[in-house]
Amino acid sequence: MTEKTFMAGFGGQGIISLGQLWVYCGMKEGKEVTFFPFYGAEKRGGVARASVIVSDHEIASPLVTAPDSAVVMNMDSLPLCEEVLKEGGTLLINSSLVKVETRRKDAKVVKIPCNELAEQIGEVKIANMVMMGALSKVTGAVKLDKLEAVLKTFFPESKHKFIPMNLKAIEAGMAAVK
Amino acid sequence: MAEEKRLMKGNEAIAEAAIRAGCSAYFGYPITPQNELTAYMAKHMLDKKRVFIQAESEVSAINMVYGAAAAGARTMTSSSSPGISLKQEGISYACGADLPCVVVNVARSGPGLGGISPGQADYFQSTRGGGHGDYFHIVLAPKSVQEAADLTYKAFELADQWRMPVMILADGLIGQMMEGVIFQPAIDPASLPRKPWATGHQADTHREINHISSIHLVPAELEASVRARFKRYDQIKAVESRYEEVNVDKAELIMVGYGTSARVALGAMELARKQGIEVGLFRPITLWPFPDKRLGELAAKGKRFLSVEMSMGQMIEDVKLAVNGKAEVSFYGRCGGMIPTEEEVLAEIRRILKK
Repeated sequence: MTEKTFMAGFGGQGIISLGQLWVYCGMKEGKEVTFFPFYGAEKRGGVARASVIVSDHEIASPLVTAPDSAVVMNMDSLPLCEEVLKEGGTLLINSSLVKVETRRKDAKVVKIPCNELAEQIGEVKIANMVMMGALSKVTGAVKLDKLEAVLKTFFPESKHKFIPMNLKAIEAGMAAVK
Repeated sequence: MAEEKRLMKGNEAIAEAAIRAGCSAYFGYPITPQNELTAYMAKHMLDKKRVFIQAESEVSAINMVYGAAAAGARTMTSSSSPGISLKQEGISYACGADLPCVVVNVARSGPGLGGISPGQADYFQSTRGGGHGDYFHIVLAPKSVQEAADLTYKAFELADQWRMPVMILADGLIGQMMEGVIFQPAIDPASLPRKPWATGHQADTHREINHISSIHLVPAELEASVRARFKRYDQIKAVESRYEEVNVDKAELIMVGYGTSARVALGAMELARKQGIEVGLFRPITLWPFPDKRLGELAAKGKRFLSVEMSMGQMIEDVKLAVNGKAEVSFYGRCGGMIPTEEEVLAEIRRILKK
């Protein structure tokens, strides 16, 4: 199994955290992982992108050029993801912000209203966690069963009170995949 | 007990490995894409009562390294391409004074200020003695976060063993990406072998004063000193060249690549295999000394080569020297911060092999 994922959204949506937590959990589940953020002059509001690979084997190029799955967190990211997604790959679309249909007719499309689901839980900032739950359910590459322990090391002590909310977001994302 | 696997950026892993290798003095100046390295050192060196200084410039940082190395410390500086250019004068002085230190280049794209995206266009500068004068130093090229950590320990060892600067030549991708890494245990700096040639503490020990300098105003003395150093270079070439080979025996064509390019080449190799084309990878781990002997052996077996680089073609010159006309050597490269893709490299393989 090798799952290559391309993630994109606007700066501030938590694309980098999403990618890091995805591979952190993958590593704890015994997988080989790489996470490469496209660093540049990114800032809040600009496009944030990450190449993420989880595999049972040694990973060759850390640069994802033909992803098995792509996470589309906002409108601007859709054309980026459509361009790189491999033939027959999966587009996971944040349908709260992306209101148009994809032009990639070959793609398997999974729409998740991440912002709405996150707001229902109480915080729109965890829309990225909703998406991670959906990504886990759809790809099966990372089970996320070690997420709670991972979050305890990922967040400083003062932020641990937000862990239950994050776990709820993951569950909501998983449940939203039909 | 084995250490736990940690998820870290390449930059952070180099910093942690340096601390564990007994680096007791770090001097740096910020530049993207190596900033996490300096930041990690800032956060952790002082806790351990070691020296961390953010210098006023790259030139200053390398000269602080010179001073710390002369006093016998395991010492390091890090930067990225334009900053490494500024350090070259100091590196030349350290080579001339036989001072061990570690210099990390998390290379970006040039020339000039260039861009902040990954590049491998500093190969010539790193392997040909980037400053003035007749000298070389060891250059290590990691391909992963784990290897970046492992080669950092090795760099300090080699620097002390051969009394020379050792450069770790990474690039922005190796520095910025996160992977799992398991660290070797920490070394207590106090347990390291003494350096009887170092300066300092004469008042306490009453031992003879050591002078450390690269100056030799008598030409015959300077020639003798350079010749002695080149004898050491011959010894280093004989024992320190390192490389990794993948599928070279079966291969119709062997790609040669280091660092990030080697990872891309490995991906291209997997794609090629799915199409029934057997290619291999020869990955130099030491760029100086370049593993030319083994490459020459492979050339003698009738292999042909494809140098894959993130430059307009620099390492290919070492490949051609090693092959010495016995085999065809082709080139595929991207520059300006572009990273070659597995698909592009595969297309080049198919073009060369007419498959």
